[in-house]
Amino acid sequence: MTTYAVEMQGIVKTFGEVVACNHVNFSVKKGEIHALLGENGAGKSTIMSMLSGIYKADSGSISIHGHTSRIRSPKESMELGIGMVHQNFRLVPTLTAIENIILGEKKDVWRGASWRARKEEEIAIFANNYGLIFPMNVPIWHLSVGEQQRVEIVKTLYRGADIIIFDEPTSVLTPGEADQLFETMKELKRNGKTMIITTHKLKEVMTVADEISVMRKGEMIAHIKREDTTMQELAQLMVGRDLSQGFELPSIENGKRILIVEDLLVKGEQGMTALNKIGFTIHEHEIVGVAGVAGNGQKELAEALTGLIHWQDGTVILNKELLSKPSVQSLIDKGIAHIPENRMKSGLAGDLGIVDNLLFKTYRNKERTKFSLLQKKKNQKWAKELIEKFDVRTPDLHSPVKQLSGGNQQKLLFAREIDQEPKLIIALHPTQGLDVGATEAVHNMLIKLRATGSGVLLISEDLDEVMQLSDKILVIYNGQIQGVLSRDAADKDEIGQLMAGLEVRKEPIYESANLH
Amino acid sequence: MSQRTSIEQATVEIKTSNKGVFPYRFEYNPHKKTNSFIVPIVSTIVALILCAIFIVINGMNPLTVYGKMVQGAFGSSFGISETLLKATPLLLCALGVGIAYRISIWNIGAEGQFILGAIGATAVTIFLPNLPGPLYIPLMVVAGIIFGGLWGLFTAIPRTYFRVNELITSLMLNYVALLLLDYLVFEPWRDPEGFNFPGTPLFTPFQMLATIGGTRLNQGLIIAVVAVSVFTFLLAKTKWGYELRLLGANPTAAAYSGIKVNKHILLVMMISGGLAGLAGSIEVSGVAHRLMYGISPGYGYTAIIVAWLAKLNPFAMIFTSIFIGGLIVGGYSVQTIGLPSSMSLMLQGAILLCLIAGEMLSKFRLRKATGEE
Amino acid sequence: MDTAIILMSAAISAGTPLLFAVLGGILNEKVGVINLGTEGIMLIGAVTSCIVFLQTENLFLTFLAALLASAGLGLIHAFVCISLRANQIVSGLAITLFGTGFSAYLGKSVAGSALPVSVPKIELSWLEPIPFIGRVFGNLDIFSWLCIFVAIVMYFYMYKTSWGLHLKAVGDSPSTSDVMGVSVDGYRYFHVILGSMLMGLSGFYLIMVYSPNWIEGMTAGRGWIAIALIIFARWNPLYALACAYFFGGLDALGFRFQLLEVAIPSYFLKMIPYIATIIVLMFVGWKNRHKPPIEPKALGVPYFREQRF
Repeated sequence: MTTYAVEMQGIVKTFGEVVACNHVNFSVKKGEIHALLGENGAGKSTIMSMLSGIYKADSGSISIHGHTSRIRSPKESMELGIGMVHQNFRLVPTLTAIENIILGEKKDVWRGASWRARKEEEIAIFANNYGLIFPMNVPIWHLSVGEQQRVEIVKTLYRGADIIIFDEPTSVLTPGEADQLFETMKELKRNGKTMIITTHKLKEVMTVADEISVMRKGEMIAHIKREDTTMQELAQLMVGRDLSQGFELPSIENGKRILIVEDLLVKGEQGMTALNKIGFTIHEHEIVGVAGVAGNGQKELAEALTGLIHWQDGTVILNKELLSKPSVQSLIDKGIAHIPENRMKSGLAGDLGIVDNLLFKTYRNKERTKFSLLQKKKNQKWAKELIEKFDVRTPDLHSPVKQLSGGNQQKLLFAREIDQEPKLIIALHPTQGLDVGATEAVHNMLIKLRATGSGVLLISEDLDEVMQLSDKILVIYNGQIQGVLSRDAADKDEIGQLMAGLEVRKEPIYESANLH
Repeated sequence: MSQRTSIEQATVEIKTSNKGVFPYRFEYNPHKKTNSFIVPIVSTIVALILCAIFIVINGMNPLTVYGKMVQGAFGSSFGISETLLKATPLLLCALGVGIAYRISIWNIGAEGQFILGAIGATAVTIFLPNLPGPLYIPLMVVAGIIFGGLWGLFTAIPRTYFRVNELITSLMLNYVALLLLDYLVFEPWRDPEGFNFPGTPLFTPFQMLATIGGTRLNQGLIIAVVAVSVFTFLLAKTKWGYELRLLGANPTAAAYSGIKVNKHILLVMMISGGLAGLAGSIEVSGVAHRLMYGISPGYGYTAIIVAWLAKLNPFAMIFTSIFIGGLIVGGYSVQTIGLPSSMSLMLQGAILLCLIAGEMLSKFRLRKATGEE
Repeated sequence: MDTAIILMSAAISAGTPLLFAVLGGILNEKVGVINLGTEGIMLIGAVTSCIVFLQTENLFLTFLAALLASAGLGLIHAFVCISLRANQIVSGLAITLFGTGFSAYLGKSVAGSALPVSVPKIELSWLEPIPFIGRVFGNLDIFSWLCIFVAIVMYFYMYKTSWGLHLKAVGDSPSTSDVMGVSVDGYRYFHVILGSMLMGLSGFYLIMVYSPNWIEGMTAGRGWIAIALIIFARWNPLYALACAYFFGGLDALGFRFQLLEVAIPSYFLKMIPYIATIIVLMFVGWKNRHKPPIEPKALGVPYFREQRF
């Protein structure tokens, strides 16, 4: 009888030239909550993916409950009792919770009404045992993120997992939902389950973990007990240097009002109200942060303000000009820049080179095209200057941008947007998936924009980021602005409550705008 | 979200069960660069070999068959001029569908657009019988482009405003166009003195494109080559070409940069149809000299292969259209030894299949199995 | 009344080849693979049936041969799309071109010869007393019944079994299915081949029952109409049954008009099914413009397990 549930030794995994895991050793005792700490790109997910059979290690050995095991597929991992709660849930959005939970079941081919009823009851009882509640018979995509995660956990447990991996489980949750998750985890621990949680959030580690392993750049740096460490120490281990904690935003007087939004009503994709009569203002030299759980109208807000979708009702005034059904192009010309949510999906064209990607917004200008002919030489020179200025590391101007690292892609995107000297920049989750260095670079670019007089609308799920950078924080929930907090008055617990829709802050939410 | 979405060389293993038995494994690398000419050539050869097997099964000597085809297509000045004659409409249609494919609009309606172009050009001769002579050719060409372009638009409108898959619409319209052609040449436009021949009366000399030398080749060939040059230039150098590049590479990002996607789809489909219509008008005024039953032996479908073989590069289409044109002419010449001319259609399908399979296969590499053993 | 009965009977016989092909297409698309090879596979199915029947005069062997030949083409499509991850649209187009050419090549020797075939019919005398139904369904050939049977079985297979659940999961979210231990490639191969076999049966029916005489390109775009009907039928086999008969009816209607010597030229009547397809699809698109698309989410997308997501 060994005390270790998982032992991984000398694990190496490379992707082409990149070494994602370099001789990593990782052990987890039975019945503990073990945190695997590391920043984005440290190799946490890779290690966990090998444990769950998605990737195969190039070399190294894995033992589960003391037996050397070869995990060649998710199925084999499951048979060993390993279950993973993925960051982007592995649920089929069109199936109901029940169907998702029983998806892997092979027995009972015929599934009539009575079979369903029986299963439903069985699963309801099962889920209740762990205090996990969610709608059973609604397609998953109707469920909130927290509910989806509960389905994912029940699914894992139902399939008989006794080692459960949580991959960045709180990244999509409100603070309240996160607390609920930690309670669940403790409940599971009482039931004798072994858990691994991967994260880069130090507070979470200190809240739930018994033991902590720290990874950095594909290597295992340390194994520590929670009692024996502090947040500061962990931060240093994770990043490899002192983290510049809570830097000061230089105070600048607000300038003129750039954007005034009143009673904005926007319908989303399926005709549902995505934004319900919201209003706010953005000034020059101001970063306005929007906090909220994804899917509460942030995407539609950005799309409406960049002309991608039209609003049904309300007033939007940009630099004293009343906008009505603006086109994307007219808003670009009026000085609105946009860092979209998913840079490879909507920000860059992965197969095209640097120059073509930089030309996205400016190719209509006289400097870039003459008589509708592209000024090839001039554009190349301009592109070269830009990538030098923004420190984009690329082999040459023509290699497809999908080959750049995430950080360099984001810098390229910023280079393009900032080069237009925007009056207002709308940035959605600008640091998602970036490592600490690139995140810092992005933050600095936003602060510089603020200094030069641009207004910034920063929409992010990372509450720390919003609180760190914003002069003013709007909390959005269910298409409505739940509250507006100034930088000094911002309090994480209160924002959490607002994000979850539990509280409404009754305050004048925008200055009475002078419309005419 | 994984941390390194951009990691190159995301190698993918496809065979896991061959360990121990076979010490190598195939790895898939979606970004591996391949020589742009080798794959089409090798694929064509493989396709020819595969079809040779069928020919053998059918009790014939493939070398005789292929020899006959090559000789028919390129063995004489008549053969060569016939090949070029077939290459002309193929080139124009391929240029049209190629432009649409560049922005992922699956126009397979070139056949119908070609027929409409032919009808349009003929309509000029029928409804305007007394124009001054030199006006005819320009009018016929323009009518062909407009008819073909409108037919293309009929595909684009359901796609942009009603979310209807353009593959289906464009194909349905092919059948409609074919029936319309049949109606015209069998009923109202039939030559009353044509001994029941399903076709219009012969055009007057002013309505015919001038020929080159003593062959059946005509100015259409020149028009096609000019069209290729124009589009090569437009795509590479202009703002419009850049917009298409963007739309092709990432339509979502293109919308974010202010490009009106629907407008471009409508325009591209009109151009795509217009080019096929141009081919149709050249066919009636330069080759058939009348509108008749079966005016297109499937040029619109064959053009798809011409475009893919050329990897959608307009300039390369010149060569692939001559190659496929030769295949068609060769297909006719095997009729003398008792094989159907649809031989060439079968070869075309096999070549296309081998081409896309070959393109993907070339991204795999054999690597020694490692780890875990 | 008589006209209605004749029309309905004609709708069934014109609708059955469509239905076979639609059902095959549904199986393909439900696992996330677009199969535009329908037309080519139907033609190969038809020409194989024709040749084998002329050789053996055995209906059962002919049936098997049609299944085998279409399974072969299905295997090619599956290999190219699933293992090689090539563009499914181009692969389907290539299969159609190849099928059209190859069937013409094979059929050259048998073109024009009428098949001395008599397909057994199932007489249901107990249906006789029911006015309309009795006359229409009382004396239907076995393959029309087979097709109805396949549609019903497919319905239960898709909605009432564990396989059906896997099928939907593989087509909507292959990565999830993989994690859940459902073999994505296995399900895709199996259903692409099975679906192609149904398309082959469509060709078989066309030549053995509908018009027993090989003509080059005799499918006349039915494969493409079937692809459109998949959307119309919302990927549901029972809706497909109704849609296919409806379109079969339109086809038959054109034919009826022709016999009645209506003043409309037959060419325009023959256009009805094609134009109806476009109009119906436009109607469906317009009606569902605010609804989320219901097609399988991973339709046309190859699956890589070790892809970074």
